[in-house]
Amino acid sequence: MTDLTQMTLAEARDAVAAKKLSSTELTKAFVDAVEKARPLNAYVLETPEKALAMAKASDERIAKGAAGPLEGLPLGIKDLYATEGTRTTACSKILGNFVPPYESTVTSQLWRDGAVMLGKLNNDEFAMGSSNETSAFGPVVSPWQRTGSNAQLVPGGSSGGSSAAVAANICLGATATDTGGSIRQPAAFTGTVGIKPTYGRCSRWGIVAFASSLDQAGPIAKTVRDNAILLRSMAGFDPKDSTSADRAVPDYEKAVGASVKGMKIGIPKEYRVDGMSAEIEALWQKGADMLRAAGAEIVEVSLPHTKYALPAYYIVAPAEASSNLARYDGVRYGVRVPGKDIVSMYENTRAEGFGKEVRRRIMIGTYVLSAGYYDAYYVRAQKIRTLIRQDFEKVYAQGINAILTPATPSAAFGIGEKGGADPVEMYLNDVFTVTVNMAGLPGIAVPGGLSAEGLPLGLQLIGRPFDEETLFSLGEVIEQAAGRVALPQRWWA
Amino acid sequence: MNATVDPKKLIKGATGDWEVVIGMEIHAQVTSQSKLFSGASTEFGGDPNDHVSLVDAAMPGMLPVINAECVAQAIRTGLGLKAQINLRSVFDRKNYFYPDLPQGYQISQYKDPIVGEGEVLVDLPDGQQITVGIERLHLEQDAGKSLHDQSPTMSFVDLNRSGVALMEIVSKPDLRSSDEARAYVTKLRTILRYLGTCDGNMEEGSLRADVNVSVRRPGEPLGTRCEIKNVNSIRFIGQAIEYEARRQIGILEDGGKIDQETRLFDPGKGETRSMRSKEEAHDYRYFPDPDLLPLEFTQAYVDELKKGLPELPDEKKARFIAAYGVTAYDAGVLVAERAGADYFEAVAKGRDGKAAANWVINELFGRLNKDGKDVTSSPVSAAQLGAIVDLIGEGTISGKLAKDLFEIVWTEGGDPKEIVETRGMKQVTDTGAIEAAVDAVIAANPDKVEQAKAKPTMIGWFVGQVMKQSGGKANPQAVNDILKAKLGIE
Repeated sequence: MTDLTQMTLAEARDAVAAKKLSSTELTKAFVDAVEKARPLNAYVLETPEKALAMAKASDERIAKGAAGPLEGLPLGIKDLYATEGTRTTACSKILGNFVPPYESTVTSQLWRDGAVMLGKLNNDEFAMGSSNETSAFGPVVSPWQRTGSNAQLVPGGSSGGSSAAVAANICLGATATDTGGSIRQPAAFTGTVGIKPTYGRCSRWGIVAFASSLDQAGPIAKTVRDNAILLRSMAGFDPKDSTSADRAVPDYEKAVGASVKGMKIGIPKEYRVDGMSAEIEALWQKGADMLRAAGAEIVEVSLPHTKYALPAYYIVAPAEASSNLARYDGVRYGVRVPGKDIVSMYENTRAEGFGKEVRRRIMIGTYVLSAGYYDAYYVRAQKIRTLIRQDFEKVYAQGINAILTPATPSAAFGIGEKGGADPVEMYLNDVFTVTVNMAGLPGIAVPGGLSAEGLPLGLQLIGRPFDEETLFSLGEVIEQAAGRVALPQRWWA
Repeated sequence: MNATVDPKKLIKGATGDWEVVIGMEIHAQVTSQSKLFSGASTEFGGDPNDHVSLVDAAMPGMLPVINAECVAQAIRTGLGLKAQINLRSVFDRKNYFYPDLPQGYQISQYKDPIVGEGEVLVDLPDGQQITVGIERLHLEQDAGKSLHDQSPTMSFVDLNRSGVALMEIVSKPDLRSSDEARAYVTKLRTILRYLGTCDGNMEEGSLRADVNVSVRRPGEPLGTRCEIKNVNSIRFIGQAIEYEARRQIGILEDGGKIDQETRLFDPGKGETRSMRSKEEAHDYRYFPDPDLLPLEFTQAYVDELKKGLPELPDEKKARFIAAYGVTAYDAGVLVAERAGADYFEAVAKGRDGKAAANWVINELFGRLNKDGKDVTSSPVSAAQLGAIVDLIGEGTISGKLAKDLFEIVWTEGGDPKEIVETRGMKQVTDTGAIEAAVDAVIAANPDKVEQAKAKPTMIGWFVGQVMKQSGGKANPQAVNDILKAKLGIE
């Protein structure tokens, strides 16, 4: 029997729809694979009973001819998404065994369309991290290893559980979130595809907030097409989120395979950062060549404020986080560590409940919003943000359809290798991705090939606001030209 | 605003006169079905935590969504305060930790409030009128309530109020005495009640005041102020200002200086005491709430709301003076409550306005006050009181009997006209009958007749005797005239 878990989401969908395969068979295969893949630590909570019950319900709907667009397809859910009746912790100790009495809008739309939940996926605590090493449940181990080495590598972060699970074939697709690159960087590190849609495209309601003005939900999956299928279900206006966009959701799958002939692709010269490896440089060039070969025009463009994006991001995001995380105070839910009075209870709870990186960002955020520092930091960072957005607007006004950049400055690194003494070393991972969040634009990461060490490398395409379709069309060109990266060796089972 | 100093308002200290300068921040609960950013009910009462949504409890991933009705109420209030309405305003987060503040921040408006400068005309008890400037009005969330008396070791939290919409109405430091401050709050409350944007119920906490008090020598720059937090009755506002002004004057006259601080008023002791100093003040780390877009609406929307506004007390007062010929003072009393004004107008329509005002203010309001009743639950309807005023006007009953009639209607109800008929309360205007009564009284009191001739004011005693004989039904004017003629006095 062929390994059902190796199918793409689109293949599985077609097989289930054609009744060649039942959701129950498919789900059982995944439940089994999930269990075997525990050494990866991708799932922080497996929900096999729920998965099988949902699969059974899917099979009944299929029998009745009432199947939804994702009917019977098993997915993994990042632990940042509130799932009704299923523990949701944002991979922080402070939420303890919090079980939400509500379902996030995005996941509720997936269930509406027939999807099946396999469990909750690991992530950096409160999505703060680029390696999935800050999780209270411990790091996720990437299914990928360097050629000839068994050193454990990171799957990227913060959606490291999502990227690892997709790469390891222990879900057909996964939900993820992206505040500064948390979908695209882990996708790039694991040879998977991930899209951060335009800010406002997906509802944030029911997703644990990190930085409200930057957070966006999106999928990680094996192919561009699978991303298009998932995003269609995840996206849409939500009256419960004031920042969600009241726009119709297109059938993104139609854009997959559409011609890119005549499209103008910008290559921003400012992304050629100091010390960029020849390998990344070559990958970028290769990506441009693939698009040119498909009939697109490659144009050098300038995004002059790029170099300020990362420092400005590390002011805006912690500032919002310091306020968003104030609700974890030990009063109403989650962990409480008693103290002699209310202030010491707060201090004890938050000192024990939050990990080191989260504490660091709360401190930075509190500092930059303080009286006397607000204008020097927060206000200036917001001005930079405006300039970054204007950079993109000017480029798009020149008729550029999308911008091509590397997704990350390097391939995946080893667990424990980075950010030990200097957190900035870790923050630099987001250098190509944060601009997109700061400007609220859509960005997709697509595998472009393998490094000399045999690890995936990703390319990023940045689109115009609400033009995810162009990204799917261009992403498909790269995917077809580069060929899907080989599956990682299944060393864990 | 540095108007000329009114010496009557100065406070005498040991070393000379002092002027008190007061500015107020009024927190008025918006009248609405649901909270500012959630669908939970705003109903007062209920068991603790009955009216709490996931948003109010700040569950992970919850987001605020603005309640359009609260916005409309704030705009209406701004219009009622003749204030600038800002078509674009911004919600900010005010960050601080407290157990009854679930989000760890209050959503408020800091730099860009929904309403800008306006003004309120305030009538003082001595008949003087002052204009108090409004600095701004902004929308914000109320906090929950901490209960410290439910357990010996724990505090409990009730989030029913958490997220309820408040309007913070900030005045300029234009008030110069506790009387002015009380009159200002009273007038503001009247305006809010007319508009229907806040019920003004201070006992339930729908209206609370933070009072900023400083003192200075007349003509000098503003002194250092202290803020008295959360004063919840108009009487306490007056007491708190009086106490605080005296306290500050005492310190300054002893050569001390005022520390800028936040103070609390203790109604039991009638004192203010220090709550926290400027150094202990929170750094609220205000920044625009990224969960909410800037609040924007069109001028057309404001104009539409303006069209729907009721007549406000100042306009009503002016109209009552012009249309019903009542005095400015009476008009002020009549418009203090919208229901009272409506009642008056129902009585006055088609009748003598002054008589109507007299009856409504003196008899009706007096009686309501005595029984602790509200005009909306008055046992005497406007139609009934109107009928009584008619009976006096037609000369059917005397003013004295009218008061008896009012009392009968108050306690027993019924149609005043019928009561007058069936109980024989009609005034006697038959001069023959009155003359007979006058003659009888004169005949019976020859000594008094002599006295009256020397001292004409004695006539009052004769009038009383005749009225008594007639059972109060004789027309007093006719009795007076006939007596004068018969006694031969002018």
